[in-house]
Amino acid sequence: MIGIVGFGSYVPAYRIKARTIAAQWGDDADTIERGLLLTEKTVPGQDEDTITISIAAAKNAIKRAGIDPQKIGAVYIGSESHPYAVKPSGTVLVDALGIGPHVHVADFEFACKAGAEAMFVSYSHVKSGNMEYSMGIGADTSQGAPGDALEYSASAGGSAFIFGTKNVVAELLYEHSYTSDTPDFWRREYQHYPRHGGRFTGEPAYFKHVLGCGNALLEKSGMKPEDFAQAVFHMPNGKFPLKAGKILGFTNEQMKQGWVVNKMGNTYSGSSPTGLSACLDVMKPGEKVFMISFGSGAGSDGFIFEATDELPKVQPLAPTVHDQLDNNKIYLEYGQYAAYRRKIRFND
Amino acid sequence: MRDVAIIGVGMTKFGELWDQNIRDMFAEAALKAMEDAGVKKLDAMYVGAMSSGLYTFQEHIASVMADYIGQVGIPSTRVESACASGGLAVKSAIIEVASGMSDIVLAGGVEKMWDADDGSMILATAADQEYEGFHGVTFPGLYAMMANAYMDRYGLTREELAQVPIKNHKHAINNPNAQYPFPLNLDGVLKSSMVADPLRLMDCSPITDGAAAVIVCPLDRAKEFTNKPIKVKGIGAATGPIALHDHKDLTRLDAVRLAGERAYKMAGVTKDDIDFVEVHDCFSIAEIIVAEELGFFGYGEAGKAIANGQGTYGGRIVINPSGGLKAKGHPVGATGTAQILEAVTQLRGDAGKRQVKDAKIGMTQNMGGSGGSSVVHILEAV
Repeated sequence: MIGIVGFGSYVPAYRIKARTIAAQWGDDADTIERGLLLTEKTVPGQDEDTITISIAAAKNAIKRAGIDPQKIGAVYIGSESHPYAVKPSGTVLVDALGIGPHVHVADFEFACKAGAEAMFVSYSHVKSGNMEYSMGIGADTSQGAPGDALEYSASAGGSAFIFGTKNVVAELLYEHSYTSDTPDFWRREYQHYPRHGGRFTGEPAYFKHVLGCGNALLEKSGMKPEDFAQAVFHMPNGKFPLKAGKILGFTNEQMKQGWVVNKMGNTYSGSSPTGLSACLDVMKPGEKVFMISFGSGAGSDGFIFEATDELPKVQPLAPTVHDQLDNNKIYLEYGQYAAYRRKIRFND
Repeated sequence: MRDVAIIGVGMTKFGELWDQNIRDMFAEAALKAMEDAGVKKLDAMYVGAMSSGLYTFQEHIASVMADYIGQVGIPSTRVESACASGGLAVKSAIIEVASGMSDIVLAGGVEKMWDADDGSMILATAADQEYEGFHGVTFPGLYAMMANAYMDRYGLTREELAQVPIKNHKHAINNPNAQYPFPLNLDGVLKSSMVADPLRLMDCSPITDGAAAVIVCPLDRAKEFTNKPIKVKGIGAATGPIALHDHKDLTRLDAVRLAGERAYKMAGVTKDDIDFVEVHDCFSIAEIIVAEELGFFGYGEAGKAIANGQGTYGGRIVINPSGGLKAKGHPVGATGTAQILEAVTQLRGDAGKRQVKDAKIGMTQNMGGSGGSSVVHILEAV
């Protein structure tokens, strides 16, 4: 049996409400909330970045896995906000958590699907017998330009998944990837903020790939939407995942637990992995979860996991996603937010 | 001048056509129209497009399209009159046939709008750049001024204004080519995003990709191609002030009135003979003013009349059975051609659930800018 042996997430304490951002720019808050189905989003603290978020999430995953970190043979962090253009994020993490030095480390980038990509490769390592454990992480401190619609959603957070063969808590039953050259969203080197193709990010990008991957995964597995207790789709805003899920035949009830976007925003590479983590927080043995990521550029990785008898034993060992989302919140005003996100300059 | 008939029509679906470029869309519509008419060779063609250059960086599209639909060698002419380009392309084709110059002529309209980064500024090139564009006014703002003036003078309420898009969405539900064939209610209009007070998002026609085409020939040859020819009974075109501030009255569209008068005169009919009309509802207020300028309602009366059901089935006249620009979509250069297609479909009795009962004479009204140009066609089933 191959699958997840430990999982964990990290949600920053800071928040900004969509209404606060709307007030700053003179936007109509009701329209924004209704249009994007977002009420607030997370904001990274001034000393937080993709590395610290990854470490916090990975720590929770190791707690749940209950394994010697030295046995982890590979660590991959998927993000589009690695703090350094040249210098890996993963090296800091392996030293901080006592993994390695005999470990393979790489930073992945594929817009919002880099986390799922890290999971995909980690799973493949274990499946091939190349190593006992491998960890895939999706984490971001997403960028959204001031005044851009993205500013309402771009948030921070991440999740980590350790794959292995012993004491598996969620077996990976099927996986599928769907990729094409679709330039809907990009950020070039030296640019602070990503650019996007407006409506082009919708039908030809998000929906084509999410639905293409989702349909293929259903076909490959021979399963139907009603076979799943939970379903998670990448969450660039509140509307897209619910629409994609509905088209595939899933109900809002199936998507409710993993639909963290209305309180968390879009954590880019951390988005669908954190939705998955939230589902694993509550799933019962035998229940299945359907997950489809999406990364602009564009592609989707999809997974089907089934909870084992081991899952309930590890669920209480680390904070759940919704616990972190609902507690210990510190709300920021726009000025503080602008400072935390380094959107304004101060004297040193 | 010879009598002219429309013998074939074709269009793409209107919407976000990400898999089709401008020539793909035009070719689909043109080849469908040619197939519908049963013609393989054209004598000439006209292509209506507002701004293919700014939208897609492709100019010289009259030749591009002739080449791309396998008609290279024939004369092909681009027609541009902002959002009235498609209607004027049809008018040009009709005149070419009426003059005796050609027999089988295609008129097509096309616009690829979704590939552009900032479509508002492209559309704004149809306004008066020196007096309007350079000062930042775009069309929603111009029509909002007209709406404010109209509502102030005639006491039209915001709720009554909303009935225009609500009606058009209801019509579009039965149009398989419509971009937004969904029902719209009062709440949906009044709670949609404010664009330019008092116009909200649901008062504004959308950004649309699409193409439409028609084939015309001499009326006396029409039966060679179809047993349901549609006669071109009247045409009227006119220009109006390019800048809104030069309109003598903000609640009037002089070009529409002039074009309508010319079309009625040529056709020898009055407003009472018209069974349905496709009008240029680029914004809710436009449909109201146009319906008045064409004589269907007195000045100041159309808004309340439409709100009271007089612009739909069972009312005074069916306005925009296709769903209009608001719900069918508004690929600007294609809109006028698509209006003709809707009229032909109705007059053939092929409009299915949106069929206007016993439709014998139909009218189309296409407009450029804030009334800088307008073209009206009156068609008749023969």
